Amino acid sequence: MSVLEIKDLHVSVETDQGTKQILRGVDLSINEGEIHAIMGPNGSGKSTLAYTIAGHPKYHVESGSILLDGAQVLDMTVDERARAGLFLAMQYPVEIPGVTVTNFLRTAKTAIDGEAPAIRTWIKDVRESMTNLRMDKSFAERNVNEGFSGGEKKRNEILQLELLKPRFAVLDETDSGLDVDALKIVSEGVNRAKANTGLGVLLITHYTRILRYIKPDFVHVFVNGRVAEQGGSELADRLEDEGYDRYLAAPNVG
Amino acid sequence: MTAASAPAQTDKTSTPGALTTPGQHGIKEHSDGRFGFVPVQTRSDRFASVNVADFGEVTGREAVWKLSPVARFTDLTAGDLDGSAYEVQATDAPGVSVEWVDRADPRIGTAGTPEERASANAWTGFEKALAITITGEEAKEITLARADLGDASRAAHTIIEAKPFSQATVILANTGRARLTENVEIILGESANLTVVTLQEWEDTAVHLASHFGSVGRDARLKHIVISLGGSIVRVNPSVQLAGSGSDTELLGLYFADAGQHLEQQVYVNHVGPHSRSRVTYKGALQGQGARTVWVGDVLIGRTATGTDSYEQNRNLVLTEGTRADSVPNLEIETGDILGAGHASATGRFDDEQLFYLQARGIPEDEARRLVVRGFLSEIVQQVGSAALEERLQLAIEAELRGTEGQ
Ligand SMILES: Nc1ncnc2c1ncn2[C@@H]1O[C@H](COP(=O)(O)OP(=O)(O)OP(=O)(O)O)[C@@H](O)[C@H]1O
Ligand SMILES: [Mg+2]
Repeated sequence: MSVLEIKDLHVSVETDQGTKQILRGVDLSINEGEIHAIMGPNGSGKSTLAYTIAGHPKYHVESGSILLDGAQVLDMTVDERARAGLFLAMQYPVEIPGVTVTNFLRTAKTAIDGEAPAIRTWIKDVRESMTNLRMDKSFAERNVNEGFSGGEKKRNEILQLELLKPRFAVLDETDSGLDVDALKIVSEGVNRAKANTGLGVLLITHYTRILRYIKPDFVHVFVNGRVAEQGGSELADRLEDEGYDRYLAAPNVG
Repeated sequence: MTAASAPAQTDKTSTPGALTTPGQHGIKEHSDGRFGFVPVQTRSDRFASVNVADFGEVTGREAVWKLSPVARFTDLTAGDLDGSAYEVQATDAPGVSVEWVDRADPRIGTAGTPEERASANAWTGFEKALAITITGEEAKEITLARADLGDASRAAHTIIEAKPFSQATVILANTGRARLTENVEIILGESANLTVVTLQEWEDTAVHLASHFGSVGRDARLKHIVISLGGSIVRVNPSVQLAGSGSDTELLGLYFADAGQHLEQQVYVNHVGPHSRSRVTYKGALQGQGARTVWVGDVLIGRTATGTDSYEQNRNLVLTEGTRADSVPNLEIETGDILGAGHASATGRFDDEQLFYLQARGIPEDEARRLVVRGFLSEIVQQVGSAALEERLQLAIEAELRGTEGQ
């Protein structure tokens, strides 16, 4: 049974105005096959948590730890983390000019498996996943994310999730910018990955609507760099009705 | 119409003059002092002569030399040169002849005239010219390889003539040692379709100064590709005159400068014929201490060149500290009747977000870098149009990337 544990994580970034504290003691534990939704207002530190798990050099870990089956993730380079089984679906996937989706996927798969995939089954897998995500065949020969619409970029992230088969995935606002059809297609992709590989998911979202298609086992409310409240999926329903005001008032009082 | 746009419209009395880009296009942002010279003369007014004695001693302050390490090749600008025939390997192609001709050959001097001293020195000094004459409408490819020109300072002259309606790809492949200054005349008859690839994979110590002069006839098309990877100092300056109506040129370049290397290209497109079209795309990568590149792109749209369409761009990818890339586009338009004219120039550092994205998919850092650089340069490689050469270039780029790993 795989487990991803985040313990008392403090993270800062360097800004022009000096060091800015963003995460202020995050504790989270995710078991394989579990879906944890992280919800919170803009600027509460959700993307910071996602990037810190993936190892983005901009974010500086002041203290705390991230353990994947007991191994210290913070000691690993970005690519080592991916090879250890972590995946980040980005809020804003970047364009890579001159590198085709096909070339990129094969290179990534080879890096993660430590050997090139068997060509016949690989081509079949790629095609099947693209069909499932309603991505036209022509995307395979286009440059990664170049000229993709917002929704197409998100599908491309889930395509990678399905093909690279990580143990834990952090989905950073994968739902934002998707119309309802695309939202369903992307959600199905995540649910398929979970069913097929026992994927554990950290689902970062601002809105509750994706939770209609991806059922969370736990909901964590993120405010001002830490988890302010946690519960089951009923907590999401409550947030849908009440919004984040209840949490936001607190720091002003204190 | 708004009041704000009115002043520009009222100036009806002035005839369209030479519009140089500094004021018109805000190019002053590009970091280069060369613009001090631009208003002084139109590019076509530059002094030209085939006789080296007509040029003053090179000081390095001249517009054409100010970005070049002139002290390191005074032998080529001021010294006596060996202008004899040299060893060249040519592949066979139907309808293509390769021969050494003497200075009286009537084609010599028809495509252009030297505008600087190294070029004039080569012109004065060559004894025989290598002439490649292309006939026949079917597509064909020929490679001319110079594998070792030795250490002596040398002059050379080459003529590539594509007869009317002929079609071919000519690859000039350069390896080994060289201290060479040379002129290459490229003459396209009516409706000829010619691709010229000049590939510089010289040895580390080589110095190579080349002026290519292209003359493109009515409805003819010249694709010219400069690929500079190896050599200490490599300066290849293509200058193309779109003489005929409906003539077309595509000027492409790819360069990869390593530590201590100076790679330069001064491109000039002269639109003379109406409805002529030009596209200039040069891409370069710089890696290692002292890696230096220069790109100057002059486009002149003359008074007779109505209905023309031109675009030039240069992009540089800076991979490490300690490099310098100069990029200077310059557009002069002497007619009000054009279809389009534009330019772009950008020199950027390696994008860390791209690197992060690739690494976050498990791809190790060095491989991710290679992938991005290869992608950046492949835009040019993909347009070479010869499968075998494209593959060879990809391998050469791989070798460049590997060569400086861990620095
Ligand atoms: N590189 C940075 N420089 C300066 N401030 C930063 C940087 N990165 C994040 N921040 C700040 O840290 C805080 C948290 O940002 P983060 O992107 O993690 O929020 P978020 O919860 O993902 O917000 P959203 O819902 O808008 O995506 C914000 O106030 C943000 O402005
Ligand atoms: Mg965010």
